[in-house]
Amino acid sequence: MEVVSKWIPFVLERIMPGISSARRIRRREVNWGDRVFYYGLKASAWALGALLLSMIFLIWKMSLPAFHQFGWRFFITNDWNSVTGEFGALALIYGTVVSSLAAIGLAVPVSVAVALFLNELAPEWLSRPLGFFIEMLAAIPSIVYGLWGLFVLAPFLRNYIQPPLADYLGFTPLFSGPPMGVGMMAAVVILAIMIMPTITAICREVFRAIPRSNKEAALGLGATRWEMLKIAVLRSSHTGILGATILGLGRALGETMAVTMVIGNNPLISASFFSSGQTMASILANQYAEADSLLQLSALSAVAFTLFLVSLLINGLARLIVWRVHSQYKSG
Amino acid sequence: MIVKRNPLREKKRRWLNRFAICSLAGISLLGALPFLFISVYVVSMGFGALNWDFFTMIPKGPGEAGGGMANSILGSGALIFLGSIGGIPWGMAVGIYLSEYSRGKTSKILRFVVDLLASVPSIVIGIFIYGLIVMRYGFSAYAGGASLMMIMIPVVARSTEEMLKLVPGHIREAGLALGIPRWKVVLRIVVPGAKMGIITGVMLAVARVAGETAPLLFTSFGNQFHSRSLGQATASMPVQIYTFAKSGFYDWERQAWAGALVLVLFVVVINLFTRILLRPRGVGNEH
Repeated sequence: MEVVSKWIPFVLERIMPGISSARRIRRREVNWGDRVFYYGLKASAWALGALLLSMIFLIWKMSLPAFHQFGWRFFITNDWNSVTGEFGALALIYGTVVSSLAAIGLAVPVSVAVALFLNELAPEWLSRPLGFFIEMLAAIPSIVYGLWGLFVLAPFLRNYIQPPLADYLGFTPLFSGPPMGVGMMAAVVILAIMIMPTITAICREVFRAIPRSNKEAALGLGATRWEMLKIAVLRSSHTGILGATILGLGRALGETMAVTMVIGNNPLISASFFSSGQTMASILANQYAEADSLLQLSALSAVAFTLFLVSLLINGLARLIVWRVHSQYKSG
Repeated sequence: MIVKRNPLREKKRRWLNRFAICSLAGISLLGALPFLFISVYVVSMGFGALNWDFFTMIPKGPGEAGGGMANSILGSGALIFLGSIGGIPWGMAVGIYLSEYSRGKTSKILRFVVDLLASVPSIVIGIFIYGLIVMRYGFSAYAGGASLMMIMIPVVARSTEEMLKLVPGHIREAGLALGIPRWKVVLRIVVPGAKMGIITGVMLAVARVAGETAPLLFTSFGNQFHSRSLGQATASMPVQIYTFAKSGFYDWERQAWAGALVLVLFVVVINLFTRILLRPRGVGNEH
C-alpha cells in the first residue's frame, strides 16, 4: 500500500503535468477548467493524426477492387478504357512525372536567381514590389491559372513559340508533331509559374539564415559580388535549395485544375512536348464525378491512392531536409 | 608569397560580375511578369462582362446571352461558411496546443502531421470526402464544406502557432504568478496578444479555400440553380468558372473571366489587407 501511494504523484504528473506538485503545495482541488481545456486541445490535435490515417485507410479500401483485378499490372500498362474495363495507370504516372520534373527544371533556376537578387542585390524600393508580385503568384487560385493557360498561354505557345521550336529543333523527338498549344508544354509552363513562389520563398529563407559575417568575409577578401554570392551564399545552401526543390515537386505533382485545363487530357506516352497528355490529378478531376462503373471508380481511387502516397513521401522528405538545415544553423 | 596582379584576369572578373548581376536582375524582372500578365488579362477580359446581372441572375441556358453567377456566389459563401465554422476553431485549437502545451517529441510528430495534411493534394481530399460522405448521402454543401474545412485546418493551425510563439514568455508567467488558471491565461491574455496575427492567418485561409476547385468537383458538385438546402448539390464560383471555361460558348467564357476577376480581386484584397494589418507600427514612419 505504501509503495502504491508513493507512485500516485508520478502517475498524475504523467497524465497532467504540473498537477501533482500544485496539489501537494496548496492542497486545493483540481482545476477542472484547466483539465478540460488541456484535454480538449490535445484531442483536437491528435484527431488530425487520426484524420490523416483514416484518409489513407479509406482511399486504400476504395481502391482495393482495382488492385485485386489488375495487381501490379495497374502500374505498368497504359490502357485506360472504360468500355473494355481495362485500366492501367502508366501513362498517367508518366504524364505526372514528366510534367512535374520539367516544371522543376524550369522553375528552380529562376527561383534561385530571383531569391538571390531580391535578398542580396536589389535595393529596397525594387525588392518590395517584386517580392510582392512573386508572392501574389502563390495566392492566385489554380482555376484562374487554368483559365489564363487555356485562353492566353496555349494560343501564344501555338502561334509564337512552338513553330520556331519545330523549325529548328523538330528533328529531335522532344519537339516533333503539330504545334497544338494545349498539351504537355503548356502544362509545364503553367506548373513552373505556379511553383516558383513556393521555391523562391523557401530559398529566400535559407539565404537569410546565412550569417552576415560570411558574406562580409568574402567581400573583405576581395571577392566581387557575384563571387561572394557563389562562395558565401550558394555553396552553403545546397541542402536548403534541395529541400525547396522537393517541396516544389510535391506541389507540382498534386496540382490539378490548371493542369487539367491545359494538358489536353489524353493518356498518351509521347516524348514530344507538343503532344497532349494526362496526369494522375487531372484524370481524377475529369472522370471521377462521371465514372461509368464501380471498377472505374475503384481504378480512379487507386490512382488517387498512388498520388496520395507519393505526395506524402515527397513532402515528408522535403520537411526532413528543411528541418535539418534549420537545426544546423541553430546549433552552429 | 607575392601574388602578381593580372590586369586581364581582373577585367574578366569584373565583367563576369556585371554580367551575372545583370542576368540575375533580368531573370527577377521576368519572374514578376506572369503576375502582371495574368492580372492584366483577368481585369481586361473580366471587367467587360461584369454587370449587375452577374451578381443577381442565375445562369441562362447554353449559348444564350445574359444571366449571371448569383447562385455560385451564394453557394461559395455557404461553402466557405461551412468550412470556416469547422476549420477555424479546430485549426486554432491545434495551433494553441502546439504552441502552449506540447513539448519535445510529440510536438515534433504533431507538427509533421499538420505539415503532411497541408501538403495533401486537394483533389485527394475531395476523394476522401466522396468516400466518407457523398457515397452515402449524395452531393451536398455539407460535403463541400467538409473538404474545405480539411484544407483550412493546417493553414489556420500553423499560422496560429507561429503567432502565439511571438507572444513573449514573461506575459504568460506574469499571468500564472497572479494565480490565474492556465486556460484563462491562454485564452484571455496570450491569444488576445496575438489577435491581429491570428486574424490574418484566418483571413488567408479563407482566401485560399475561396479559390479551391478540385475538392468541390465531386463533393458539392455544381448546380445551375439556387440550392434550396445545404443537403443539395450546390454551385460554387470556382466550379462554375471551370464549367463555363470548357463549355465553348462565347458568353459563358466571358462570364468565366468575370468570375475569375471577382475571385482574384477577393484574394488580392485580402492579401493586401493582411499586409497592412501585420505591418509593425512605427516602421512606416522611419522611412
